[in-house]
Amino acid sequence: MTARPERVVENLNHALHERLRADPRLYVLGEDIADPYGGAFKVTRGLSDADPGRVIATPISENGIAGVASGLALAGDAAIVEIMFGDFAGLAFDQVLNFASKSVSMYGRPHPMRLVVRLPSGGGRGYGPTHSQSLLKHFIGIPGLSLFELSPFHDNRAVLARMLDLGEPCVFVEDKVLYTRRQATGGRLDDLFDYGFLGAEDVGPAHVYVDDGGDVDCLLVAPGGVADRAVAAMRELLLHHEISCRLVVPSRLYPVEAEALVSAARRASYVCVVEESTAGGTWGAEVAHVLHERLWGRLRRPVRLVHSADSVIPAAVHLEREVLVQAGTIRDAVLADLRAERSPV
Amino acid sequence: MTDHLATPTIEKAPDSPPAAADLATMLLIRHFELALLDLFARGELHGTTHTCLGQEYVPVALAPLLTARDYVFSNHRGHGHYIARFGDPAGLLAEIMGRAGGVCHGVGGSQHVFRDRYLSTGVQGESLPVATGVALHLKREEPGALALAYIGDGTWGEGAVYEALNMAALWRLPLLVVVENNGIAQSTPTTAELAGTIGGRAAAFGCAHLRVENTDPAEIRAVAGPLVERVREGVPLVLEFVTNRLGPHSKGDDTRPAAELSRVRAADWHARGSGAEFAAADAAAAARIAALVAEVAARPPAVWSRA
Ligand SMILES: Cc1ncc(C[n+]2csc(CCOP(=O)(O)OP(=O)(O)O)c2C)c(N)n1
Repeated sequence: MTARPERVVENLNHALHERLRADPRLYVLGEDIADPYGGAFKVTRGLSDADPGRVIATPISENGIAGVASGLALAGDAAIVEIMFGDFAGLAFDQVLNFASKSVSMYGRPHPMRLVVRLPSGGGRGYGPTHSQSLLKHFIGIPGLSLFELSPFHDNRAVLARMLDLGEPCVFVEDKVLYTRRQATGGRLDDLFDYGFLGAEDVGPAHVYVDDGGDVDCLLVAPGGVADRAVAAMRELLLHHEISCRLVVPSRLYPVEAEALVSAARRASYVCVVEESTAGGTWGAEVAHVLHERLWGRLRRPVRLVHSADSVIPAAVHLEREVLVQAGTIRDAVLADLRAERSPV
Repeated sequence: MTDHLATPTIEKAPDSPPAAADLATMLLIRHFELALLDLFARGELHGTTHTCLGQEYVPVALAPLLTARDYVFSNHRGHGHYIARFGDPAGLLAEIMGRAGGVCHGVGGSQHVFRDRYLSTGVQGESLPVATGVALHLKREEPGALALAYIGDGTWGEGAVYEALNMAALWRLPLLVVVENNGIAQSTPTTAELAGTIGGRAAAFGCAHLRVENTDPAEIRAVAGPLVERVREGVPLVLEFVTNRLGPHSKGDDTRPAAELSRVRAADWHARGSGAEFAAADAAAAARIAALVAEVAARPPAVWSRA
């Protein structure tokens, strides 16, 4: 029997253990993260037993702990903060927006700030309006702040190391539904799809494809949390509608890694960006802007955005499903666009 | 043991003139601030600036209690804090005027200054959790050093203050909170903005508190010094100065009634200064600042190289 791949939560947990061991100046802070509880989603399990001095369970003070982490980073340490539910990042926003990210540059010379704010995010679990949001869009376009998202394709050992090496604060969005999934391994996703990385490094965007070299009808761009839904849509589009898609899943979402996206988009004349954010002022709009700017005239249609409805996230399962992006939402959007294109005017 | 929780007060002492060195720094800060208001009035500065007129003695009193290893977190009213620490009015003036040689190359301006272990920022209360994080760092890496954060009375309205005090007390961190209680926040008197007392709030977190009504640096040091030493051992302290903001909040915005303004002016340490020595020191500081303004104004604009 071959060992099954790690669950995403295990991978993240192992990555945290490894970082703490590798970097004696790293702290991990958050509410209820200490053992034996090990965090609301068990991401920090075992960490405080391994290093009680640098793994600190804090009071319920999101603003305060983001500030404490910033102070550690300012003094040359590094810090990873868990915001128990990403929704509560609103309470920590000032520290991220006005202190941590600005301190990198506002004093007239670069000052490194090694800081990662982890946000367990997203819906699909019935937690209701204040515990289910994807707040990514609210952190876009802040000078000195990078946004990453957890993905089953990316090994968190490399991703965490990359974030901490950047020397500027990072927000790490972790879609909660991913925790119990398994990491992709070995380049094979399932019976239909393979995956790899654009560029040499496995921290670059991942891509999922049937035929690595070929052109496709549609390029899907999606962060890690919705990658599964995008793959399900790709499967249906291929098997039932003969529409071929390729999926790109960036690890760093912002600043947008334009070169990789642009070269992937050159192999398709239609691009659809998928995200779980509710509509309006989203990451997808930023990606669309980058692609329009670079590929205007080559794309056959405007970049399509697929996101959740402009709505709070309801608690009841059936209502939640109506609001959040589903595989069917993606499939329908692509079908509608490509059918409209194929039918004579 | 709860003796450190008692709230002693250094009462107003009969006026004794500050020692010459302290007086020189206080006067340097005084004339620096007056010069800024003058530059504004002449349209030579833009943006905003908050002078510490009347409060100069606070950082001067504290400076010798600190070492180069201690961090100082200043706020919007921080020129005195900076000058008392570094004795560098030129770097600060160039920063405020956007000229070459500014401590932060003109990017930070009056309210955002970072040099060595001194940092200011313009969001009220924001620096307290940051100072707490630095105190956590110091406790582990450099025992015996402390983090000092300056705040005003009005800033006790911010939740960040309480989150920080809670963690600092809980984790026994070397955090010193210096409150410049000047009786007003922008236009709002303390009585309309603060319920209870600052001492009461410190006590709620088990933090030591000392209230200082005196303006003489030497006397302040004598009483505050031992408590600051305890901060170094992980006993956070709220050190509250009952002081007076002599000037406007920023430039021309003073709505206080005439009676209040005369009370504030009467309490000014500078107004109580007298004698030939005082006059000579005052004239020397004024002349030094005047020369500095002329010199810095003639410098080329600051250049920000982002790399
Ligand atoms: C979070 C925040 N809110 C409002 C302001 C605008 N502001 C700057 S100074 C100030 C008054 C602060 O009062 P206090 O803490 O008493 O200090 P003082 O000005 O009296 O020294 C205000 C409201 C700010 N800088 N930050």
